[in-house]
Amino acid sequence: MKAIRVAQHGLWVLAASALLAGCSSVSLDDKDKVPVESRTGSTVTPGGTGAGANTNPNSQTQVASVDLTRRSTEAAQAANLRIVYFDFDSFVVKDEFRPVIDANAKVLTVDRKRKLAIEGHTDERGGREYNLALGQKRAEAVAKSLALLGASDSQLEAVSFGKERPAVQGSDEAAWAKNRRAELVNR
Amino acid sequence: MPTTQTALAPTAEPRRRFVLCASAALLAPAWPAFAQFRVEISGVGATQVPIVTTRFRDEDRTGVSLSGIVRADLERSGLFRNIDTSATLDETATPAMSDWRAQAADALVGGSVTRLADGRVDVRFKLWDVVKGREIGGQSNVVEATDLRLAAHRIADYVHEKLTGEKGVFSTRIAYVTKGGGRFTLRVSDADGEGGQVALNSPEPIISPAWSPDGRELAYVSFESQKAVVYTQEVTSGKRRAIANFRGSNSAPAWSPDGQTLCATLSREGGSQLYLMSRNGDNLRRLTTSQAIDTEPAFSPDGRSIYFVSDRGGGPQVYRIPAGGGTPERITFVGSYNISPAISPDGRTLAYITRLGNAFRLYTLDLSNGGTPQALTETNDDESPSFAPNGRLIIYASRSQGRDVLMTTTLDGKIKARLVSTTADVREPVWGPYGR
Repeated sequence: MKAIRVAQHGLWVLAASALLAGCSSVSLDDKDKVPVESRTGSTVTPGGTGAGANTNPNSQTQVASVDLTRRSTEAAQAANLRIVYFDFDSFVVKDEFRPVIDANAKVLTVDRKRKLAIEGHTDERGGREYNLALGQKRAEAVAKSLALLGASDSQLEAVSFGKERPAVQGSDEAAWAKNRRAELVNR
Repeated sequence: MPTTQTALAPTAEPRRRFVLCASAALLAPAWPAFAQFRVEISGVGATQVPIVTTRFRDEDRTGVSLSGIVRADLERSGLFRNIDTSATLDETATPAMSDWRAQAADALVGGSVTRLADGRVDVRFKLWDVVKGREIGGQSNVVEATDLRLAAHRIADYVHEKLTGEKGVFSTRIAYVTKGGGRFTLRVSDADGEGGQVALNSPEPIISPAWSPDGRELAYVSFESQKAVVYTQEVTSGKRRAIANFRGSNSAPAWSPDGQTLCATLSREGGSQLYLMSRNGDNLRRLTTSQAIDTEPAFSPDGRSIYFVSDRGGGPQVYRIPAGGGTPERITFVGSYNISPAISPDGRTLAYITRLGNAFRLYTLDLSNGGTPQALTETNDDESPSFAPNGRLIIYASRSQGRDVLMTTTLDGKIKARLVSTTADVREPVWGPYGR
């Protein structure tokens, strides 16, 4: 447990120094690796302990605590729970992305100081300003879904990059599908 | 030293009727060192004045081919056809008119470049009517050595105005965005694409530049703070301020013709709607109230209405609303996707982009009689049209051989010039006003 805590701290330091070095175009991958500082500092391991628990392995009253809420908090930070993809010309949040909404709404309701930016994107087809507005619709649709599950408006800002920041280069449907998205980013 | 005109009173010359039998794609001569663009011209104009511009005395000493710039400017306008010569003629010459008539020239330009004691340069030229065998007029223009290109553009403007009766736009400037090497720049260059200077250098995207009507400022959208924010920036000083940084996205800035009001697309109340504000960002008021996307505003030249794009009818179309608010009126009816409106300086022509299948193409529509839209190009990735201040040319971005390029076209689509960037992708051109 201690080793993981130190590793997390180390990653924070790395990320911070990267920012300070003027590395202003943080790539999507880097964002996903930035860990969230955990409150209790514990994780689930066999025979592991939560804060304040009886840690004496010889005790006959020891109960191991398995904390599923913490696991879902950490899981929400994984890459595949940070992005919602959209169909062409659509800003509907499809059912298959419910887990993304659920996980992030949970994080926000548990910690009211946490803020998220929802960044909407489109594929490369079409005008820049119209696509900026379409991306905005996607971001707002995700924001609305989060709000319906308890996130408060002040924790959310929906913004758009339109077609200006593609995740994948290419002019085929495979690339376009990966660019029609909304990303949830810590603010 | 003031600009002086010669004693001979100029007369307005009617355009010579001239039919060309051959079309040619011409490459302008490559200038040494500083050329960021090449000018490639294609197409045939119906009526073009055949003109000879000789080399100017001593222009070789400056490293700037003033006569070459004049030739390229006149060619790009679509109203002139250059006749080649290797001759050098200065403004004091008495040209042998019969020789020039034998080369089928109607007009002749010669000049000289003289360095003054204080380091400035005196650029002089003369314009002759070859058919009538007499001077039309000429000027002396004293400029800093760094402004030789501008002096050449002014000569082309003079020739254009004397021989066609219309103001030339060669002394104007354009602004555009480049993307390359992971960086974005907002640049200002001469209308021929040369002499580009960086106004803004950013690791994040820049979109939607817009010139203030007095040509002193540029408004644009920058993503430097990880969202769309509208800035205005003084071109000469670089001083900039965030004009619209409300919650959500702020974009598509447009200046009113008197320069006192900006219209922009804001998502502060949800969705994308048009708002008006004063030029320093105060006095915010909402202009459109729909549940749709309303964006890409463009003021009419009389300032009384604002054209914009709305998808309130299903797909994006061009609408017009009174600048003081009211009910929008739909303007485009052909096609399911019409965006990026630009209005000609006389208010009579709308230029815009239509989606046809997978192609995005530049079209114009006559606003006075609402006739059939006219295609100006046959390319498939056109965007961002902008009128020259004399209303005779449109600059737009397109795609050629995998690169973003800037193009100018005459309003009938017949004469096109390609300003090709050799280093980075270029997009979002906007044509600046008169005034240099």
